[in-house]
Amino acid sequence: MPTEKIDGAQALVKCLEREGIEYMFGLSGGSAIPIFDALVTTNTKIKFVLVRHEQGAAHMADGYARATGKPACVLVTSGPGATNTLTGVMTAHMDSVPMIVVTGQSVSWMLGKDAFQEADIFGITMPVVKHSYLVKKTNDIPRIVREAYHIATTGRPGPVLIDLPKDVSSGPCTVDLFQEMDLPGYKPYPAKIDKEKIVEIAEALSKSRKPVLLVGHGVIISDACAQVKALAEKLGAPVVNTLLGKGGFPETHKLSLGMLGMHGTAYATKAVVECDLIMSIGSRFDDRIIGQPDKFCKNATKIHIDVDPSEIGKMIKPDIHVIGDARAVLDELNKHVTRLDTREWLDHLEGYKKKYALHYKKQGGLKMQHIMDELYKMTGGKAVAVTDVGQHQMWAAQFWKTDGRHDWLSSGGAGTMGYGFPAAIGAQLGRPKDLVVVFCGDGGFQMTMPELATACLHKLPIKIIVLNNHYLGMVRQWQELFYDDRKSGVDLEGNPDFAKLAEAYQNAKGFTLKRPADVKKILARALEYNDGPCVINAEVVKTENVFPMIPAGRPLEDMLVEPPKAQMEKPTGST
Amino acid sequence: MDEGDTMNGNDTHTLSVFVANKPGVLARIAQVFARRGFNIDSLVVSSTMEGNFSRMTITAKGEASGLQQVIEALRKLIDVVHCVDHTGEDVVVREMALVKAKVTPEERTEALQIADHFAAKTVDLTESSMILMVTGNTDKLDAMIKLMGKFKLIELVRTGKVVMARGDEET
Repeated sequence: MPTEKIDGAQALVKCLEREGIEYMFGLSGGSAIPIFDALVTTNTKIKFVLVRHEQGAAHMADGYARATGKPACVLVTSGPGATNTLTGVMTAHMDSVPMIVVTGQSVSWMLGKDAFQEADIFGITMPVVKHSYLVKKTNDIPRIVREAYHIATTGRPGPVLIDLPKDVSSGPCTVDLFQEMDLPGYKPYPAKIDKEKIVEIAEALSKSRKPVLLVGHGVIISDACAQVKALAEKLGAPVVNTLLGKGGFPETHKLSLGMLGMHGTAYATKAVVECDLIMSIGSRFDDRIIGQPDKFCKNATKIHIDVDPSEIGKMIKPDIHVIGDARAVLDELNKHVTRLDTREWLDHLEGYKKKYALHYKKQGGLKMQHIMDELYKMTGGKAVAVTDVGQHQMWAAQFWKTDGRHDWLSSGGAGTMGYGFPAAIGAQLGRPKDLVVVFCGDGGFQMTMPELATACLHKLPIKIIVLNNHYLGMVRQWQELFYDDRKSGVDLEGNPDFAKLAEAYQNAKGFTLKRPADVKKILARALEYNDGPCVINAEVVKTENVFPMIPAGRPLEDMLVEPPKAQMEKPTGST
Repeated sequence: MDEGDTMNGNDTHTLSVFVANKPGVLARIAQVFARRGFNIDSLVVSSTMEGNFSRMTITAKGEASGLQQVIEALRKLIDVVHCVDHTGEDVVVREMALVKAKVTPEERTEALQIADHFAAKTVDLTESSMILMVTGNTDKLDAMIKLMGKFKLIELVRTGKVVMARGDEET
């Protein structure tokens, strides 16, 4: 029994603190006042960051988690406070990011009676959370916090929501704060790894002459990076990675072919097209990387390693699969594999690397790729790179080679514009000593731009690079390629001067970058300023297109390496 | 008629889902089906021997690979302890129907003959109507309801299927 009298809100804060929560991002409101009060009365070590919009809070918690591997907490009020987090929660859910979202709620006797700021957030969020709780008894709080943390962080991670009615958070908590979990249905990992399947995989690998390892986010989540490296080197097998798999295997490694898929490198995609065996480690064969499912690697042996059984056969029916944590599976597999004769294959791919090397022109206007490339060279890639969503995201994925496990943050599954900047705030708070750069488009940046106040208040030296082409560029690219260049809803006329805007905040510095010749100089000045955020307004060419490109729903074989000569048919695949 | 005949592997699947008895669990399960465009044909939820758990028996139509995804998604729910697809297995399947028909005193003998054949019980009888209660597998219920169709059917309520594995097998 607790020695002092505490209420539910205090129990919540103490339990979260004991689970190791370091940061809480949020915005207060009526139903959450008892919880905000508990942040004061418990003298908690948890640091609270006040945001300007609740979506920002969820993305910050997401960025913190991806940059550190540890979950953070979101604390908001009921109704609109809770619904504003929805996009961030969905983003985290799609990308398997752990997060604990605490929402205040009306008093429990008003539930369902349309009380002021009442929203059924438990119901609204159900499809986008790993699990959720509507707490009805104060004494359940210690158990629920423990379960929530456990569920969020184990197996395939994800967001967990705790909806806390005001009377429950204000009521007395009379139980011990250490409670057993009650989760009879939760099996985050298989009871044991199927060793026969491992042997089967080793045998299939031994017969392969043209293998490809496909590294996904699961490698990063389970920290199987060393195991993947050992496997790739032992086999002599080339490695491709997904957008979220960047950092799972060093992209500067000679066996790395970089990102595959819709806007991946041509050599990664060609390797997948020509391979005789593909082994996915912690990827879900997302539609961005497989193109047309029934034509994907038709003649290759397909192997799928995933911790989530529901991913097996969802998009691609594998020949062999193993359920389990990537690290545990690879530890076992590495015992059984031997060097393959892949010299010819690697030479062949090396030819593709040269023939289809990523390129851009430094003349003819300022290019996004130029800025990324230059910043990469200036920093040696030693930074946490965060992106928003769109053309710049794809170029960053191509040009910003990622080596570190937690050094690439990008909204993949959800493709959430507005993600980048707040995620960078979370990342910078979680890794105060590291350089954090965020590449945003002018569209996405404006979606969560008010968090400049948050970044300035905490003097976060984030380098915000607004790649400003005055368009929603990716959609404009599609309209150009597939819709006779009929631009509709993509012209961002009315953009502010982002550099001037930055100067309106305390501690922030604004830079304007217009000429290719100034890239180095302006970036150097931005890197020197570390008393707050920098906003670099980079006026880039307006109508550059991202290539390679595989039109949505088409097989990987249909990859366009260069702009097409004729108008293309409308894509059949999703977005 | 063999009341415990085997379900064959057609498009209708019968799932037995054992769940922790927590608020919202039914909504979570319904969402797994709804999100993928599956329609639930019947759903039976009831308490079990263990107080904290409920048993759901769900029948749904759909092609096999899609339903396999549904099953995996159900298993992934935190509150689902286990989910078994009994389609094509030799399990005991029962359903109950209440059939209310407009039956005049002159027609009553024939109606009772039908009831007798299907071992149905007359649970309500008035001058102009009767309610029959019939239990058995789905085919049997369908057959009786079809025959009763020669009278004017007023209302029909079916419970939906429940299943139980035979012998030492767990449901």
